[in-house]
Amino acid sequence: MTGRRSDLGYWLAAQRGPLAAAALFAAMFALFVAKHPAGLSGSVVNTAANKGVLLALVAMAQTLPVLTSGLDLSVGSVFVMTNCLASTTLAGTPVQIGLGIAAVLGAGIACGAINGLVVVVGRLQPIIATLATGAIYQGIALWLRPAPGGDVHEGFADFMTSSLHDAVPVSLLILIATVVVIWLPYRRTALGRAAYAIGSSEQAAYMSGVPVARAKFATYVLAGLFAAVAGLLLTCVTESGEANALLAGSYTLSSIAAVVLGGTALYGGAGGVIGTIFGAFVLRTIGDLLFVFDMDALSQPLFLGVVLLVSVSLGSLRLLRVKRRLDLYR
Amino acid sequence: MTGAATLRALGARLRGADRAVLAAIGCNVLLLIAGALYDANFLSLDYLLLQLQVASFLGVIATGVLLVVLLGHIDLSIPWVVTLGGMMSTATAGHTGIVGSLAIPVAIACGAGFGIANGIGVAYLRVPSMIFTLATNTIAQGLMVVHTGGFAPQDHATPAMHFLAVERTIPGIPNAVWVWAALGGATVAMLRRTGFGRRIYAIGNGERAVYLSRGHVGRVVIACFAISGACSAFAGVLLAGYSTKAYQAMGDPYLLSAIAAVVLGGANILGGRGSYLGTVAGVILVTLLQSILSIAQISDAGRQVIYGTVIIAMLLAYGRRPKGVS
Repeated sequence: MTGRRSDLGYWLAAQRGPLAAAALFAAMFALFVAKHPAGLSGSVVNTAANKGVLLALVAMAQTLPVLTSGLDLSVGSVFVMTNCLASTTLAGTPVQIGLGIAAVLGAGIACGAINGLVVVVGRLQPIIATLATGAIYQGIALWLRPAPGGDVHEGFADFMTSSLHDAVPVSLLILIATVVVIWLPYRRTALGRAAYAIGSSEQAAYMSGVPVARAKFATYVLAGLFAAVAGLLLTCVTESGEANALLAGSYTLSSIAAVVLGGTALYGGAGGVIGTIFGAFVLRTIGDLLFVFDMDALSQPLFLGVVLLVSVSLGSLRLLRVKRRLDLYR
Repeated sequence: MTGAATLRALGARLRGADRAVLAAIGCNVLLLIAGALYDANFLSLDYLLLQLQVASFLGVIATGVLLVVLLGHIDLSIPWVVTLGGMMSTATAGHTGIVGSLAIPVAIACGAGFGIANGIGVAYLRVPSMIFTLATNTIAQGLMVVHTGGFAPQDHATPAMHFLAVERTIPGIPNAVWVWAALGGATVAMLRRTGFGRRIYAIGNGERAVYLSRGHVGRVVIACFAISGACSAFAGVLLAGYSTKAYQAMGDPYLLSAIAAVVLGGANILGGRGSYLGTVAGVILVTLLQSILSIAQISDAGRQVIYGTVIIAMLLAYGRRPKGVS
């Protein structure tokens, strides 16, 4: 090592995960567009954005509990439940739609708050607690919508899934707005910094007077909110609601994969939603690439599983840097 | 710490473990009373034996889950390894001759293979178990989707599978219950009487100490995950024998049920503490709960909500982490 690292050097080192995910996404998306028969048209970008943003929002939800070294296995169920709720509330006059949106977001926050209460006040393990609450939310989704269907205001749904000037997808703007309005301010508050501190060392954070309970609770509440935004968007994409347990499961799973690909440490304490967003885009672009390269649709789940396994195993490259083997053990 | 204090701590710990098991048994009694109040047939011997038969499938899965939980890990690959077990057995049964008769061992070997992969990932790649097993679960799912073409396979269970899962050789008692009893007996003996069993508890309590005392942490972890995979696949075989076919996502309901059974049975999800007796109580508890919800003719939606709520409530009642920061 020669001399001091510049500020830029430190920034690059800290943002290695997100930057790698962004670069991977850029390369893959370029390949996808080059191979796509329609090329870089507004509709290709719009479709890709809608799919990518859905997963990105759910994966953002997953990121927050993971930062505190927790996990939320109910994000997919909240996503599907809010989809079912939104399929009944997004109709009528603009005022009614506005109230409907508020109700959906409120429901997501309520689900997150229940998760937070069970984990923080109830002191249950996040995995088992959110697995159980996920079953509850899935049940509510089934109660709200026993059969697929829904009544969604067409103009509103079309606007939400369209592109402004045929170039900027509205869904992408919603994602950016969520990051700018919620994530960036949150990251700077005491609660946001506390989430990272808890993930690094809960004991040290507690001893330093970090509000551990409140910060953990906040991560689950925000997770519920993000999942509800995704549920809202899904309703606009499909213009209906469905209590699809398989969809919930696959989104929960993909959300964890996106978090890992985006460079957030599963042990908590490092990472953030920006990397996760690119991780989600990478995952969705894999599906698109398989499509343009005419890969058998049936082998897609297997391919996704292999990608997931390889990406989580890549994290073990850090083992090569561990000098004492004892450090590997708890 | 002085000797007396150590003894006192040990005593308190034993009492703590026993209390959870007692609570699980108490909940079982309450559920039986509730069921009897709803429907007098609930307490008939026939119905209870049927419940025990259904419970034995979950019990086989929970056996593997307990071992993994005792290590302080978790196995989220259960749903699709169960399905894999069911599908591999029925697919093998489709062959004629000697291959066709190997349906059960082939399925168990496939499950154990997945378990070994899980163990290697957790023990040597040091990936958190819940993430690694989630990934292998996806791979098992992907393999089964490719294998079946996304449809229910047109294969059937072998007579041996039917024999194990449904028939009653000794009048009254289903063979599945004997299978569970044999597996349970072997597990109890292994946990209590062998060095391997003690090492499982030791790793759950302090992995570093076991590593420093040359306890072969990696091998024990791999063995436990292999047993868990084999148990899940075997349960898939039994389920396929029970319903005479294997189908997509047949293992999905068993993840929450098996983990809930183990945790409600007093095992600490962080490892090192738990007993097979507790798991048996937990398995019966979960089975009775599901049975009551289904005879009460509540809609599917309501059943799921109540099931999740009751599990959370019971965990809150006695499955909590100790107070303070972990």
